[in-house]
Amino acid sequence: MAKKADTFINMVIALLVISAVAATTLGYVYEATKGPIAEAKRLKLEKAIAEVVPEFDRIETIMVMPTEGKDSLTFYKAFKGEELVGTAVKTYTEKGYSGRIWIIVGFTDNGKIINYAILEHKETPGLGDKMDPWFKNPEKPKRMVLDKDPAKINLTVSKDGGDIDAITAATITSRAFLDAIDRGHKTFMSNQSNGGN
Amino acid sequence: MSQIKNFTKGFIKDNPVFVLLLGMCPVLGVTTSAMNGLGMGLATTFVLVMSNLVVSLVKGFIPSKVRIPAFIVIIASFVTIVDLSMAAYLVDLHAQLGLFIPLIVVNCLVLGRAEAFASKNNAFSSIIDGLGMGLGFTFALTLLGGTREMLGSGKIFGFSLHAFPEGIDGMLVFVLAPGAFIALGYLIAIINKLSNKTA
Repeated sequence: MAKKADTFINMVIALLVISAVAATTLGYVYEATKGPIAEAKRLKLEKAIAEVVPEFDRIETIMVMPTEGKDSLTFYKAFKGEELVGTAVKTYTEKGYSGRIWIIVGFTDNGKIINYAILEHKETPGLGDKMDPWFKNPEKPKRMVLDKDPAKINLTVSKDGGDIDAITAATITSRAFLDAIDRGHKTFMSNQSNGGN
Repeated sequence: MSQIKNFTKGFIKDNPVFVLLLGMCPVLGVTTSAMNGLGMGLATTFVLVMSNLVVSLVKGFIPSKVRIPAFIVIIASFVTIVDLSMAAYLVDLHAQLGLFIPLIVVNCLVLGRAEAFASKNNAFSSIIDGLGMGLGFTFALTLLGGTREMLGSGKIFGFSLHAFPEGIDGMLVFVLAPGAFIALGYLIAIINKLSNKTA
């Protein structure tokens, strides 16, 4: 098949037409997938909230600036009837092995950890991504962070003199994880002492 | 070249990973498990087939001096389509493969086939070429991912094989980056040995 000659006008038209078709197609695909993507994110967050606080029938969302760190944390206050059953705090750390880690931690009214869930991370598969089961194994009390009050224990890894055993071969991730919980806890407590709002 | 030969060359003779050694970034990066390798391979296959098809259809319309930017726009569009669709409908896999999906754009296998094959052949041959190459790539990634998963964590496609004694998860090095190089090296050696025998 004869190729188009390499004239200025031919090149401009060819690239223009291809880009225009590509742009239209992508715009259409973006519109079509926007809903499902937002839905998937929302479902994931909802599932995580349900995991970290006791059964609830109403959620109140507030944004709070952390005691340290640039971006705000989100508090999901879970109510059953009129009673506050727990607060899920969406918190993060910058200390991850590769980028920011987002986790969600449920706290009781006086700051005990109910449960946690990992929302987003880029840690090494097979090492750092063990965060999820590692710190909630009831058979290994030295790893456990659930049902503990971060104000009463030293929430750092045992290598740094703390009370929590780090994930084998993933100390950096473990430090980051505890940093995220600590940020969430401190912010939660200072918010509590300021009258809860 | 017959279409059958055209299709099968991607598996052994011109296998993109084991013989041509193209697209090493996703090969080494995502193959920590068989499932990741399979997912990445299939995503790449889709992009390969579609970009080969479109490139072969528009090849008469593109002046040869601007063919590379034209091909890249076509490839990048399909990659974005795959990325968005996976984020919407295959959430878990998308979270795993993350950064590597957009990187299909710069996978030299895709541009390489557009340049070397699709821009010189008709649409049907180009689809077959894309499919063969893509499945060869998928096969290689799944094999490498499976090997690393098996040695590194004692599982295959997430199912435990119980090959390691109680309390030992596997040889961690195979899950990490060095393991990718080691496993790939051995697989290439084995493939070379096998294909020499038949030649």
